[in-house]
Amino acid sequence: MSDNLLEINNLYLNAEEKEILKGINLKIKPGEIHVIMGPNGSGKTTTANAILNNLEYTKKSGNIVFEGEDISNLKTDEIARKGVFMSFQLPEEIPGISVTNFLKYAKNKMTGEPVKVFKFKEELKQYMEQLNMNPQNMERSLNVGFSGGEKKKNEILQMLVLNPKLAILDETDSGLDVDAIKTVSKGIEMFKNESNAVLIITHNNKILHNLKVDYVHVLVDGKIVATGNQELATIIENEGYGKYK
Amino acid sequence: MSKTYVEDINRNVYDIKNEDNYDYKIQKGLTREIVEEISKQKKDPDWMREIRLKALEAYNNLELPTWGPDLSELKMDEIATYVRPKTGMSNSWEDVPEDIRNTFDKLGIPESEKKSLAGVGAQYDSEVVYHNMKEELIKQGVIYTDMETAVREYPEIVKEHFMKCVPITDHKFVALHAAVWSGGSFVYIPKGVKLEMPLQSYFRLNSPESGQFEHTLIIVEEGASLHFIEGCSAPKYNKVNLHAGCVELYVKDNAYLRYSTIENWSKNMLNLNTKKAIIGKNAQVDWVTGSFGSKISMLYPLSVLNGEGAKTEYTGISFAGEGQNLDTGFKTIHNAPNTSSVVNSKSISKNGGKCTYRSLVKISENAKGSKCSVSCESLMLDDISISDTIPVNDVQTDEVEFSHEAKIGKISDKTIFYLMSRGLSEEDAKAMIVRGFAAPISNELPVEYAVEMNNLINLELEGAIG
Repeated sequence: MSDNLLEINNLYLNAEEKEILKGINLKIKPGEIHVIMGPNGSGKTTTANAILNNLEYTKKSGNIVFEGEDISNLKTDEIARKGVFMSFQLPEEIPGISVTNFLKYAKNKMTGEPVKVFKFKEELKQYMEQLNMNPQNMERSLNVGFSGGEKKKNEILQMLVLNPKLAILDETDSGLDVDAIKTVSKGIEMFKNESNAVLIITHNNKILHNLKVDYVHVLVDGKIVATGNQELATIIENEGYGKYK
Repeated sequence: MSKTYVEDINRNVYDIKNEDNYDYKIQKGLTREIVEEISKQKKDPDWMREIRLKALEAYNNLELPTWGPDLSELKMDEIATYVRPKTGMSNSWEDVPEDIRNTFDKLGIPESEKKSLAGVGAQYDSEVVYHNMKEELIKQGVIYTDMETAVREYPEIVKEHFMKCVPITDHKFVALHAAVWSGGSFVYIPKGVKLEMPLQSYFRLNSPESGQFEHTLIIVEEGASLHFIEGCSAPKYNKVNLHAGCVELYVKDNAYLRYSTIENWSKNMLNLNTKKAIIGKNAQVDWVTGSFGSKISMLYPLSVLNGEGAKTEYTGISFAGEGQNLDTGFKTIHNAPNTSSVVNSKSISKNGGKCTYRSLVKISENAKGSKCSVSCESLMLDDISISDTIPVNDVQTDEVEFSHEAKIGKISDKTIFYLMSRGLSEEDAKAMIVRGFAAPISNELPVEYAVEMNNLINLELEGAIG
């Protein structure tokens, strides 16, 4: 068995009849932070959805392996319970279910153990303070009436509480102001350790100004066309994706 | 993800059938002889027998409703309208026969009575088997008893109010009710008396191919206050059962009544129920209703705002699964200036179930300065379920504030994916969305019923994925 946390092997995937991913290969080891950059419509968000087996998409060939196990055809919740988390670009609103109750329920599903309410609330409150979130949001319905920034911070909060092995952050930085981006970076640093990994999906690299990353991949038209270190992000920031198209 | 099939599962306690072990069961059908026999069995005074016979005549002259669910499967020739259990009425659970007591035990009635209720009535088939109220309320002049006792002991009050709020000619099933009524509760709250804890009546129909026709008459005098809870359930049989109850509420000036209902009839039940409140000056009636059971329900409580400044609120949720057609809603008549009504209705349908919200708002010419706000939302859990909203508004003055808002929605695959990515199974995700949708209503229910409602939602949504 390899020491990779996640492997995507030659993945081809369709949305209905349209081919979106055309042979993606990606390996992530514990302790690493990876970035996928690419222009709009290149397949970034689709890659994230593919890992969690969103049934809107159909895998044609290739596979996805997590901790040595082929997870390509597992259900989304089974993949999540194995330790994969995704921060959504557009988090869904759930009226009538408070942030606290939602997270308590999800935490219980993830760990299979009862959640101690008082301790859990304290933990939640601390995280919220560190993420500059209004603690009153704890009792509000999940994402309902939240601003764009509050929703994104709430995704980071969920990541910290659920403590996955692999966190995929899909465009978590998009639409955020400079301060909010700093907060998100801080959240990632709070989360990160030697045994977990982060996959950041972005189309700009503001978030990378506050973070040290290990690999940058460039995704264009459903394929990874270049891989490098943080400098690659700087080059793209200056030159754009033109030369890869 | 519409390929998911959510199976109906065992309704556990609701479905426990006792042996059909009655003291007396009238022959099936509806004739003058049968009505006279019921009257005799119940030892009615003459005036009550006359009401029954008049009502039977009205029943025979009235047509089935030409709108709403199809009632053609109802064959009165196959329904026994009166079933007397093998026991009298008691004020001690100890004296209730074991099989009947066990049923109410499992429904949690004696337990809630100890913890959170001022009084309890329990009806089994056609007769009330238990009625009891806290001693101190008796001293304050509160009356809480079964209707038969009320007819015997308070004939003047009953004569003045019985079938006066709801006329026997109102519709066919009210006429039926008045002809064969049996059981139900009578509540009288004297002037200025405010009950801190609710009274609760529970109606259980055990006998197959029979009907339950309980009558609830509540009078809340000036400045008095009451929370009344009714619950109902029945085990499932293959043939149709019928429920045609009638609730008459008189709420005098400055009085308050909250009327909460959890209806969980089995899915062979035709629930054709009638409820109406007459509301005095600055008085208020709040209806809180959860409708989960029955095959067909037709129920539209009516608030008549007769006194200046009278208020009413209706908060209701219905949940229709496979084979269920729940046609429910609310009617309000603003008959005086500065009256107000607020409606907050939600419905959930799945597996081909049908929920209809049907309403009438009438604001008469003299009801100047009145307000009415209606909000109804429905949620369909799949592509084969149906939801409909049929409001009728008759506003005869310009000097009112009136708003009507209706929303129909489905659970999106995106929302389910989001929740599944947090470790929830598809069923857990749906149940969470439904619980959240229902939360504003369940928060209004008495606490043990809110818990029960959440359990029901889990119960209804659990099951195998095909």
